[in-house]
Amino acid sequence: MNSGREVSDGRLTVEGFSVAARAFADKWKIHNQSFPPWSWVPLINRTLHLSNQEEGYLSLEEILILSSLEESPEDESLNVATDCLEKEESVDHTILVQNQENEAHYYDFHIVYSSSYKVPVLYFRGYCSGGQPLSLDVIKKDLPSCSVSLLHESKWTFITQEEHPYLNRPWFKLHPCGTEDWIKLLSQSSISTGCQMPVDLYLVSWFSVVGQVVGLRIPLEMLN
Amino acid sequence: MANEAVKYVWEGAIPLQIHLHKSDVASHPAPPPALVLAPRIGYLPLLIPLIKPYFKDSLPPGEDSIWFDYKGVPLKWYIPTGVLFDLLCAEPERPWNLTVHFRGYPSNILIPCEGEDSVKWNFVNSLKEAQYIINGNCKNVMNMSQSDQEDLWTSVMNGDLDAYTKLSPKLKMATIEDDFSRKASLSSPQSRQGVTETDVAGQVKTARIPVRLYVRSINQDFKNLEDVPEIDTWDDISYLNRPVEFLREEGKCFTLRNAIESLLPEFIGDRAQTSGEERSRDDDNTEEADGLLREMGEIKLARIQGIEMKLEIPFSWVVNNLMNPEFYLHISVLVKAPQR
Repeated sequence: MNSGREVSDGRLTVEGFSVAARAFADKWKIHNQSFPPWSWVPLINRTLHLSNQEEGYLSLEEILILSSLEESPEDESLNVATDCLEKEESVDHTILVQNQENEAHYYDFHIVYSSSYKVPVLYFRGYCSGGQPLSLDVIKKDLPSCSVSLLHESKWTFITQEEHPYLNRPWFKLHPCGTEDWIKLLSQSSISTGCQMPVDLYLVSWFSVVGQVVGLRIPLEMLN
Repeated sequence: MANEAVKYVWEGAIPLQIHLHKSDVASHPAPPPALVLAPRIGYLPLLIPLIKPYFKDSLPPGEDSIWFDYKGVPLKWYIPTGVLFDLLCAEPERPWNLTVHFRGYPSNILIPCEGEDSVKWNFVNSLKEAQYIINGNCKNVMNMSQSDQEDLWTSVMNGDLDAYTKLSPKLKMATIEDDFSRKASLSSPQSRQGVTETDVAGQVKTARIPVRLYVRSINQDFKNLEDVPEIDTWDDISYLNRPVEFLREEGKCFTLRNAIESLLPEFIGDRAQTSGEERSRDDDNTEEADGLLREMGEIKLARIQGIEMKLEIPFSWVVNNLMNPEFYLHISVLVKAPQR
């Protein structure tokens, strides 16, 4: 077993995921302040009442999403407006601009480790303020148009409704098919020593691609 | 030619007594329950063509969205029927009394099911995942022709082991062999001759085995299984979809117990002894060992394909004989929680 410090085949060990997750969350907090921070949720074995701090998933919840009627072509990200009143409101990082249906749409994102495929997987769901789940059709209206066409065209990225691995509820999942292949491509282009990628950067690199599919972009500074 | 155990697995079935939920009864008198024999390796939605004729005259007008529950717990349709039975009925109930609903699908709890297509999609997906775990890639499943995939699925739906055995070699799933297993492979001998490239991993020191572990825990010991309290929700069950790393060490047998404990390390802890005989032989340590056991918790029961497994059985035998057709080993475990 390698030390877990570097990834050479595009895949992560469970320990590597823990390390990468914390590194990702830290960088996000520093460079992406227009969003709330990701939190680490340790896996709690409900029946055995034991919590395993080493294993868990990343969670970003209650993101207020809006879709504008006019999209600016340069900015293909979700219109999560920065709150100019941020200094006054200590908790709420986002401000809502009414979406097309005049309804507040909230989104939860979980980055979960797949022990089968040894890669991270993105789960997400949308809901109204009353908690009613949003269908995929409605969610797609909230995504920037380039994401929707990416989903249609690409055989590597598609969304299915599956049960969350830990929460016994239906969530949407972005399929991990081919993840290790394009992660390897990312490593090749950035590191001179073959396909090595430091574990700390794994999730940052991964999210730079995957996040775009759900309209979440990360600032370039995070990739350093 | 399939071996004996695999034949028994494929022939396993659960007698079901299916009651129409009272809110769906629009006729008087209410229809009697339907009696159906459900294949263990099958899935509940596949039974709908058998069940619906019993109830169609009693249903209120409108579209069907069919789901099942057992004592109020909505049943996850993508879990094989035999696994649901082993997990939810500590004391096997024969016939197994289920309730069928034709309306009011609980879509906040259950993922949607559009009949056979959904079940097939789930099966193929699980097969890909299992192949990825075993072979390190899922190209064999992906490269299978559409008609072969269809035929494979049909053989599972129909419980046709002969048809399945002819097709499954195309998957070229690696096998595990150790000194403790029969040298029974998951694919038939004649197909091996056709394999020119080494897709089959063959004998390896460690192998990954697809396992889905369903864990129920209870706080106290019980005399009879019927004393085990019932499940109210799926939150009472811990589900682990996680491969077991099969370790082959010189002279040591990797048992079912080893496999289960590898998935629940925080639960079992570091235990030196593995058998009751060893403990009683060592008089000085008996009390201490008992104390430790009480603290650590215990595997009370492990069921695979309806069989209450002896935990010391070689895991390789279990893998080679008791897997489901999608190459997953489903293990239902009842544990006594550690006392804190």
